[in-house]
Amino acid sequence: MPRPGFVLEVDRSTPSILFWRGENFSLEKLPAGRSRVIYPPEPLDAIKDIDGAIRHALLNPIDQDPLPALLFPGMKLTIAFDDVSLPLPKMERPDNRQRVIEAVLDLVAEAGVDDVHLIAALGLHRRMHEYELRHALGDRIYDAFHSRGMLYQHDAEDHDNLAVIGTTDHGEVLEINKRAAESDLVIYVNINSVSMDGGWKSITTGLASYRCLSFHHNPETLENTRSLMGHRHHSALHTSVWRLGKVLKDHGPKIFQIETTLNTDMFPKPFEFINKREWEWTAKDRATFLGTTKALNRTPIKLARKIFHGMEGPHQMTSVQAGETEAVHKLTLEHVYKQQLVEVQGQTDILTMGIPFVSPYNPDGVMNPVLVMCMGLGYLFNMYRNKPLVREGGVIIMTHPTYRDFNPVHHPSYIDFFEQVLTDTTSPAEMSRKWEKQYAEDEWYKHLYRTGNAYHGVHPFYAWYWGAHGLQHAGKVIIVGGDAPTVRRLGFTPASTMDDAFEIASDVVGRNATITHLHVPALLVADVQ
Amino acid sequence: MRYADGRMIAEQLAGKRIAITGSTGFVGTALVERLLRSAPGCSLVLLVRPSKRHDATERVRREIFKNNCFDRLKGELAAAGVETFEEMVARRVVAIGGDVSTDGLGLTDAERPLFAGCDIIIHSAAAVSFDSPLDSAVEINLLGPVRIAEACHAMNITPHLVGVSTCYVAGNRRGHAPEALVSEGHWDIGLNWRKEVAASRRLRGDIEAKSRTTEQLTFFRSEARKELGAAGGPALASKTENLRESWVKAQLVEAGRSRAASVGWPDAYAYTKALGEQALTEVKGNLPVNIVRPSIIESALAEPFPGWIRGFRMAEPVILSYARGLLSEFPGVPEGIVDVIPVDIVVAAIITVAATGPSAPYITQVASGSTNPLRYKSMVDDIRAWFTEHPLYDSEGQPIVVPEWKFPARGRVKEQLARAKSVAAKTERVLQALPLRGKQASWAASLEEKKNDIDRAYEYVQLYGLYTECEAVYSVEKLLTVWDTLDATDQAAFNFDPRSVDWTKYISGIHLPSIVHHSRAKVTPGKSKIDRTARLRKSVLSPDRHVAAFDLENTLISSNVVESYSWLATRRLNTPERIRYVLRTLAEAPTLQKVDRKDRSDFLRFFYRRYEDAPVSQIEEDSQELLSNLILAKSFPAGLRRVREHRALGHKTILITGALDFAVEGLRPLFDEIVAAKLSVRPDGTYSGNMAVVPPTGETRAEILADYCSSENLRLEDSIAYADSTSDLPMLEAVGFPVAVNPETRLAAIARKRGWLVEHWDKASGAPKMFLPLGPMMAERERKRVFR
Repeated sequence: MPRPGFVLEVDRSTPSILFWRGENFSLEKLPAGRSRVIYPPEPLDAIKDIDGAIRHALLNPIDQDPLPALLFPGMKLTIAFDDVSLPLPKMERPDNRQRVIEAVLDLVAEAGVDDVHLIAALGLHRRMHEYELRHALGDRIYDAFHSRGMLYQHDAEDHDNLAVIGTTDHGEVLEINKRAAESDLVIYVNINSVSMDGGWKSITTGLASYRCLSFHHNPETLENTRSLMGHRHHSALHTSVWRLGKVLKDHGPKIFQIETTLNTDMFPKPFEFINKREWEWTAKDRATFLGTTKALNRTPIKLARKIFHGMEGPHQMTSVQAGETEAVHKLTLEHVYKQQLVEVQGQTDILTMGIPFVSPYNPDGVMNPVLVMCMGLGYLFNMYRNKPLVREGGVIIMTHPTYRDFNPVHHPSYIDFFEQVLTDTTSPAEMSRKWEKQYAEDEWYKHLYRTGNAYHGVHPFYAWYWGAHGLQHAGKVIIVGGDAPTVRRLGFTPASTMDDAFEIASDVVGRNATITHLHVPALLVADVQ
Repeated sequence: MRYADGRMIAEQLAGKRIAITGSTGFVGTALVERLLRSAPGCSLVLLVRPSKRHDATERVRREIFKNNCFDRLKGELAAAGVETFEEMVARRVVAIGGDVSTDGLGLTDAERPLFAGCDIIIHSAAAVSFDSPLDSAVEINLLGPVRIAEACHAMNITPHLVGVSTCYVAGNRRGHAPEALVSEGHWDIGLNWRKEVAASRRLRGDIEAKSRTTEQLTFFRSEARKELGAAGGPALASKTENLRESWVKAQLVEAGRSRAASVGWPDAYAYTKALGEQALTEVKGNLPVNIVRPSIIESALAEPFPGWIRGFRMAEPVILSYARGLLSEFPGVPEGIVDVIPVDIVVAAIITVAATGPSAPYITQVASGSTNPLRYKSMVDDIRAWFTEHPLYDSEGQPIVVPEWKFPARGRVKEQLARAKSVAAKTERVLQALPLRGKQASWAASLEEKKNDIDRAYEYVQLYGLYTECEAVYSVEKLLTVWDTLDATDQAAFNFDPRSVDWTKYISGIHLPSIVHHSRAKVTPGKSKIDRTARLRKSVLSPDRHVAAFDLENTLISSNVVESYSWLATRRLNTPERIRYVLRTLAEAPTLQKVDRKDRSDFLRFFYRRYEDAPVSQIEEDSQELLSNLILAKSFPAGLRRVREHRALGHKTILITGALDFAVEGLRPLFDEIVAAKLSVRPDGTYSGNMAVVPPTGETRAEILADYCSSENLRLEDSIAYADSTSDLPMLEAVGFPVAVNPETRLAAIARKRGWLVEHWDKASGAPKMFLPLGPMMAERERKRVFR
C-alpha cells in the first residue's frame, strides 16, 4: 500500500534535501525550525489488466453509448491524441496512446469503418519527429496509417483545413481542425499527467487554430488564472475553455473522450533515489547519488542531455475512463488528485523548487532560459489547490544552471524572443502589446512550425504568459546556480548558493521567513488550507 | 621698412597681381590667406592642377577656402560688413588650371593671358614628401622652377619670381650653411642637372619594364592570390596590377633615396630641391628671381591663429606615434639642433621678399638653428612632460604612458625595429596559413595591424632620423638684414624674426595641443560612447537601404555542400552501406580539398556529378527534412534574425549560394530571391549530374547582384552584402555596405583595413550534436530506392 504524501518539518536531524538542477542534482541543507518539505504520495499501484481495463472503458463508457454503437460503416472517424509534451519523461513502450488506440482500432475494424484519420493534437507545439510518433503509437499503427496519409499532425496555420464551430457568449470563436469538425465522431485519447489537462481543453486547444487559442492564451486571462491545477472556477483559462467546450458540445461533432492517468513512478533504475525520501536512502542510494552527480559533473553537457532525454519512465496506467467529456474528466481528476494531492497547512514566505532538465515544451531538446521561467513560475508555482503555496509578495527560489542554450530546430522563435523581446521588457502585458503580433504572424516561424519541427512563433510568449500569475504574485524570484547575465535577462536575481539565496530573500521577507520546499518531480499538488 | 617711394609692404603690393603655385599645400594656403588679409590691395592668380573630379576653381573652393585658415578673415570681413568673404574672393582671386610637371605649365590659351599679366610669381609647389619616387620628385622639384622660367620666356614676360626651396639643400654637411647656392659652395661635386633628369626618366622606364617581366608578374599574381584567396579573375587582376604599380613606386622611392645618399643629400626631396635651385639659376636669364629657404615648417606661431596647421607633416606622425606608445625610441643626438620654423614666419618672409622685389638677397634662409636653436633633448623633454600631463587614451579608455627617451643611435633603433618587423611578418605568415575564422581571425588581423605600426615606425626612423641627427646650422644673416630694414608697423604685421619664438611655450602651448586636436586622438578617459560596430550596424539596418544579399555557407549556416550531399545520400542507406560511404568519402577528401582550393566552381561542378541518377522525387522528399535536420540545426540564429530584420525594414533579401536549389528550398520564405545552382533533369525523372544553372561564384555574384538591383530599380550603393570569405570579395566590394561574417583571416584583415562591419555569428549552443552529417536511418520498408 503506497504511503500518502506528507509535510516534513525540518529539524536539526533532517538530512540535506534533494534539488534538481537541470541535468544534475544537489543536496541542500534547509534551515531547521522554519523549513518544511512537501513530499508527494508514493506511486499508486497500476491497473493489473491494462488492456482489459481499456476495453471495459470503451464498452462501458460514462454517460455515452458504448463505442461500437457509435461506429458504422461509411462513417468519417477522427482519432486525436495528445502530443509529445505528455508524459514526462516519455513512458516505456507501450505508451498509453498506443494501447488505447490499438483497442479502439480493433473495434473500428470490427465495425467496418474505413475512413479513419489519426491526428496529433499539438496545438501550437512543434510537430513530432517520426521516432516520437512511432514511440507514442507503436510501429504497427504508424506504418499502417502514415504512408497512406491517414496519420498526420494538426496544423493551426492551415486555414484551408480549419473550420469555425461557433462563438461563445463572450465572443470567443471556436475554430478547430476541419477534418475533426466534419467527422461523424471524434475520439480524443488523453494522457492526464496533471489536473489542468483533459476535459474540454483537449480539443479546444490541441486541435484549435492560433486565433482560437489567443482568446485564452493571453496575459490577462493567465494573470487571472488563480488555480491552474485546482478548482476550475478559479481559473480564467479553464472558464474560457469550458465556454468553448459548450459551443463544441452544442454545435460540434460527436465526441468520445478517453482519459488515462499515470502513477508517479517516473524514473528508471539508476535514478530511483529521486522518488525516495532522503532519510530513507540506503547506502546504495547514497552511493548512486554521489556517483551520478560526480559523473554528471564531468560529463559534457550535450551528452548529459542525451542521457536524460533518452530516459524512459516506467509510469503505469492507474485509470482509464471513456465517454462524455465532462463526466469522464470529473472521474479523471479524482484519480489525479488521489496520486498527487498533499494537504498543506498555510502559506509560506519562501518557496523553493528544483527545476529539472525537462518541461512540457522541451522533450528531446534543451531547457532554454525562457522555459526555465515557464517551468518554475508557470508549472511548479501552480502546483496548488485553493491558494498558492507561497504568500503574495513572498520569494520563489529555483535551482537550475539556466545556461543560454537553445535548440535551433525546436525553438527558433525562443532564441529571438530571448534576444529581442526580453531585452526590451519582461512584462507579459507589455510584450503582448508590443511584440506578440509580429512573432505570431512571422512567415518564417510559420514555415518552420508547419514544415519543420518548430514551436509556433508565438509560443515563447505563451510560455512566458504561463508564468504571468507567478510573476505578479511573487515579490522576488531567485535562481541558484544559474548563469548570472541570463538570469538577469529573465528579470530574476542570480545567487551562487542556497545560503546566498536565503540572504537575498531576507531583504524581502525578513530573517525568520518560513521556507517550503516542493519536492518535485515526482508530481504533487499542494492543497493549501 | 620704407621703400624707395616710402611705401610699406602692404602698399607695395597694392595693385599687384600675384601668381601662386602650390596654393593647396601647407605654405601655399597660409600664403593666400595672409595676402588676402594683410595685403588688401593685391589680387591673386592661383595655379592649381585640375584633379580627376574637380577643375581648378572647384579645387580652390574645396581645398583652400574651406580651410579653417580663413576663419579669421571671414570673421573680420563679416564684422566690417563691407563685402562678404565670397564677394572679396570673387573680386580678388582667380583660379587657373596649371601643372608644373608639364612643359608649358599645361595652361590653356584662355588662361595664358591671366598668367602673363602677373607682376609676381610665388612658386611654392613641391613634392614635399621625403619618400616621393625619384622621377616625380625630379619632375616637380627640379623641373618645376625651370618650367616656370621657360614659360615666362615663351610668353616674353619678366615678372618677379620668388621660389620656395628648403634649407636642407645644404645636404649632409656639418656646421655653417650659408645663404648661397650649393652649386657655388666649397663642397659642390659638380652634378649636371640635365643628366640627372635624363637618368631618372630612364630609370622609370627600366623599372616599368622590369615590373612587366614574366617572373615579376607571376610573383605579383601569387602575392595577390595570397592576399585575396579565390576571389575570382577580375579582383585578382586588379590586385595584381595594384601590386605591380606599388612595386614600381617602391623601387623608384628606393632609387631616389640611394641616389640622393650617393651624392650627399639625406633624401630625394633635398636632392631634387638643390638641383632645382641650380637649374633655375642657370635658365632664369633676364627673369628677376629670389629664393626663400625655410627649414622644417610647423604650425603657426600667431597667424592666422596660434597652432594653425594643415595636413600632417614630418614631426606630427612621429610625435603622435610616441604619444600612442607605438614608438618608444627615436634616434637623435640630445644636444643636436632640430631646426623648426613656424609657418607664419615663413609666409611673412616670402611676402616681404616678394614686396621688396629683385633687390632682396638672392637667397634668404628662414630657420631658427643659428639664432634661437631648439635642442633635441629639450624638445623631447617638453613633449614628454606635455603628454604626461595630457595623455592620450587607448580604445579601452586607459591613459597611455609615454616612455622615457633614451636618445639611442639610429643603427640600434633600426636594428630593434627590423627584428620586431621580421617576427611580426613571420607570425603573420603562419597565422594566414591557419584555417582561422571569426574571432580568432580578427585577432590575427589585429596582429597585422601591429605589424603595420612597426612598419610605419621603421619608415619614420628611416626617413626622419637624418633630420634629428642633422648637424648643419643654417645661417640667417640676410634674413635678419631684411628684418632690420622694416619699420615697427611692418615688423608687427609681418613677423619673420626666428628669435621671437619661445620654444617651450610654442611646443606646449601651441604645437602639441594643435596636432592632438587635429589627429582626433582620444583625449578623455573612459570607453568611447559610440561603439563603432553599433554605429555600422545601425547604418546597415537603416530603412534607406535597398537590398541585402547573403552568402550561405559559414555566413548563415555552418555547413557546406558536402554535408548536405552526405545527409541526402545516406538517408536511405543501411548501416554497412553507411560505413562504406563514410570511408569512401574520407578517402576522397584530400582530392576534393585540392580541387576546391584551386577553383570553387570547378569543385562544385565536379562534386555535383555525384547526384547523377538520383531520382528527383526522392531528393525533393528528403530535402524537406534536410531543413530541420541539418540546415536549421547548423544555422546561425543571429544570421537568420538579421535576414528577417532586413525584410521587416522593407529591404529585398537575396540568397546567392553555390549550393543546389533543392538543398536550400527550405530557406525560401526568408528571401525574395534565391540564386542557386541547378542540376538538369533527365526525362525519366532522375538527375543527370550536369548543371542546368552553374553555381554562382566570385565575380558572377557581384554581377548577379548588380543585375538584380538594376532590374528592380534599386541602388547597389545602398545595398548590403554578407559573406565570410575573400572569394566573395567582388560582391562585398560592389555594394555600399559590406559585412564580413565570421571572416577567415584574409577577409578579417581586409575588413579591418577598410572599416567594414564584422559580425561574429555562432550556432545555437543547444543545437543537437551531430558527429557526422548523415541522414537519420529510415525504417527498412521505407528505404525503397537507393542511390549512391
